[in-house]
Amino acid sequence: MTPSFAPGDQVKVRAADVTTHCRTPHYLRGKRGVVARVFGAFPNPEQLAYHRPGVPYQPLYQIEFDFREVWGRAEANTVITADIYQHWLERDA
Amino acid sequence: MAHDHDHPHHDHGHDHAHADDTHAPVNEAHGVRPESVLLERALRELLIEKNVFTAAGLQRQIELTESRNPELGARVVARAWTDPQYKARLLAEAKPAIESLLGIDLNLTPELTVVENTSGRHHVICCTLCSCYPRAVLGIPPAWYKSPEYRARMVSEPRAVLAEFGTRLPDDVEVRVVDSTADMRYMVLPLRPRHTDNMSEAELVALITRDSMIGVTVLPEPRR
Repeated sequence: MTPSFAPGDQVKVRAADVTTHCRTPHYLRGKRGVVARVFGAFPNPEQLAYHRPGVPYQPLYQIEFDFREVWGRAEANTVITADIYQHWLERDA
Repeated sequence: MAHDHDHPHHDHGHDHAHADDTHAPVNEAHGVRPESVLLERALRELLIEKNVFTAAGLQRQIELTESRNPELGARVVARAWTDPQYKARLLAEAKPAIESLLGIDLNLTPELTVVENTSGRHHVICCTLCSCYPRAVLGIPPAWYKSPEYRARMVSEPRAVLAEFGTRLPDDVEVRVVDSTADMRYMVLPLRPRHTDNMSEAELVALITRDSMIGVTVLPEPRR
């Protein structure tokens, strides 16, 4: 699967709720960020956890979040980055 | 190498929970629940019985894991400090640069990225979801790294947690909390302390601590 996003793109983490295994932390769901790095594609961990092959592989991105966007309060000059798979990201126009 | 910290991650300022503390959270550093031990043993014996892996293979993997320690990371850092071309290779693509320097095979270990601390930018790593850690170059993570306190607080009040490690950064230094949520592991390339220009690579290795490669501390200038 080719990456849909490039460094600098504004994205939003899907605010979905899942009850099964997943690597998208709750504290970042629904939050806006910017693509910092594009890594390769990896087997989807939500399938791997249940002994399935993890296809299609999901491109992985390092996303940069402003501290205030995440927590709604300020922390001086602080950024949080997290690695999010493509199927959890949508373009933030 | 790195001294063990008292673990400054409780909200109430008291020291780390001890094994005899009945209020200690079950997944705290010192206590392993007896049922976890039984579960591990049952699972291990079943997997061996079903030929998923062999007892000898498991033993080899344990030995490999235990052979990894922060000196490996320190050697990588010392080389990056002394060889700009090596540093560029390391930051661009960490695994091959580390493999060639240390002569180890990282084929079966997770992907790895090295992030560079500078005078204006400080990275610190954590894993809010579990305990992802650059084991290939730092070995087994310290207990506090896996504690719920560190994992929750490093993303929600990073400057306060850093200060508890003795790391007080001015506001004009950007703090970047790197949450290792997926297939990528991160190691920090700490800022080289001043007054180390005349030190040999081996002397530099001895200076570099595990905690500085996690990013919870900044390396001090060596005593002269």
